Amino acid sequence: MVGGKRFIKVLLNVVAWIVSLIMMIPLLLMFINSLKDKAQADAMSMELPKKLIFHFENYITVIEKGKLFTSFFNSMIYAGFAIIITVIFTLMASYVLARNKSKLNNFFYFFFILGLAIPVSYIPLMKIMQVLKLNNTMIGIILIYAAIQIPLGILLSYAFIASIPVEMDEAGIIDGCNPIRLFFSIIVPLLKPVTVTLGILCFIDAWNQFQAPLYFLNSATKWPMTLSVYNFFGQYSQSWNLVSADVVLTSLPVLIFYILGQKYIISGMTAGSVK
Amino acid sequence: MKKKIYPFYFILGALVLYLVFIVIPGIVGIVYSFTDWSSYSKEVHFVGLDNFKIIFSKDENYFKYIFNSIEFTFITTIAKLVIATVLALILNENIKARNMHRALIFMPAILSMIITGLVFKSILNPESGLLNQILRSIGLGSLAQQWLVDLKFAFNSVMAVDTWKGIGYTMTIILAGLQSISPSYYEAADIDGAHYFSKLKYITLPLLRPAINVTIVLGVLYGLKVFDIIYALTNGGPGYATEVVSTSIFKDFGLGRYAVASTMNTVMIVFMVIVGMLTVKMLTKEEVNM
Repeated sequence: MVGGKRFIKVLLNVVAWIVSLIMMIPLLLMFINSLKDKAQADAMSMELPKKLIFHFENYITVIEKGKLFTSFFNSMIYAGFAIIITVIFTLMASYVLARNKSKLNNFFYFFFILGLAIPVSYIPLMKIMQVLKLNNTMIGIILIYAAIQIPLGILLSYAFIASIPVEMDEAGIIDGCNPIRLFFSIIVPLLKPVTVTLGILCFIDAWNQFQAPLYFLNSATKWPMTLSVYNFFGQYSQSWNLVSADVVLTSLPVLIFYILGQKYIISGMTAGSVK
Repeated sequence: MKKKIYPFYFILGALVLYLVFIVIPGIVGIVYSFTDWSSYSKEVHFVGLDNFKIIFSKDENYFKYIFNSIEFTFITTIAKLVIATVLALILNENIKARNMHRALIFMPAILSMIITGLVFKSILNPESGLLNQILRSIGLGSLAQQWLVDLKFAFNSVMAVDTWKGIGYTMTIILAGLQSISPSYYEAADIDGAHYFSKLKYITLPLLRPAINVTIVLGVLYGLKVFDIIYALTNGGPGYATEVVSTSIFKDFGLGRYAVASTMNTVMIVFMVIVGMLTVKMLTKEEVNM
């Protein structure tokens, strides 16, 4: 019986390791091949570079030809501004929706949450973007990213705000705060946890967005990293060493972000579903 | 009084963005699906139900794309759920380095779909791909396939890659659900001498219900809209084997067939709003403590 238990324990450990390896190998494969020359990378194997000569120059080639600095900078701008807009707008909206549960506000809450299901209608949106003169502009992309995040943002922050005692508001009112001051100087500091969660979620989502820029950005100088890596692949699909280097560099920012804030990211990304 | 402390204009920012970029385009799209809007002519005419007839006619493939979307949703949601639940049960046991395993298994969730697609394009390459290399080196070369090129395998391969990426995320939700189950249930069952599997059946799975529901909802909402992974891996091919609703919309967009694309979009919106109505009620009620 004891032997059986030990066997099961070993088995569980083995399964966990196998699955972890399956999750790790694809990126490892890219990393190894990013350091090979073109001929060896064609085989795309897990073999180490020949004679252990590491071709770091692949990275320099990619940075120059793939215009990685520009697209990194673009992705940062898109994700950064989208986060700010989403966080401010959703916190403000959920605060009022959660505090004053009038019939109209309850309807609005439901209406926002329904957005979790509604797909973005890119083609009619193109028409609207034309009218607003936002086609092929960075502001247009930022606003779309922010809008996409609003339903989830409201779902998350609504539940959190509901857990803050109303007495906080009343105290502020008695002290003579107006609504804006009450919200920004008393409520917002209490919303730190949900703000962090929202920020992380928005960042990862915005960083990985592909469809909106694909529809709306036709000038390469405005492309985010996802779009430029895809187009880089289109051009250099014969040079897997370069494609691998591009993949590594594009994933690096999110991976570093993940390693640093792993705990917050895992709980943050699943917080949407498990409040 | 409440109106004064909690003024309506606080909602306006979110509301305007949401209306302008999500809701109004949806409605405009519904209107356009009754027209002949295209890139070929400047005028737009009302054509009644013509576009819907095209989509549901037997000569076109649109119906297959809708079916593919549904199949994709169904299979990936179930596959992720089953594998993730098994993994969560394993990682909820006291095994070595389990936090490291959790972090590694979750990792694909933060990668972009496009990157995932490119990486697996290499791994699933028939000649030089890692998967076929491994199969050949362990003597299972006969199992090596043209994963993304063969009509029989392409769609399954795409779904497998999507499952690879989604398992960790689903697993984390299930783990949170597992950790919210009070140990006292298991203690009571132990006193009664219950087996592992009877505990699983009568305690764990019923109490995991809310977490499982959440993963199903997320899987359905994601699956029906899926675009990136298919665009990166196969772009709908070979033939139309892996074409789904959103990739067909993008193709019609490229061809300038805006009205037909809008009609597909309308079909999707109507379907999703119905699914949404059902699930959103659940999402706003379900609570699993983290």
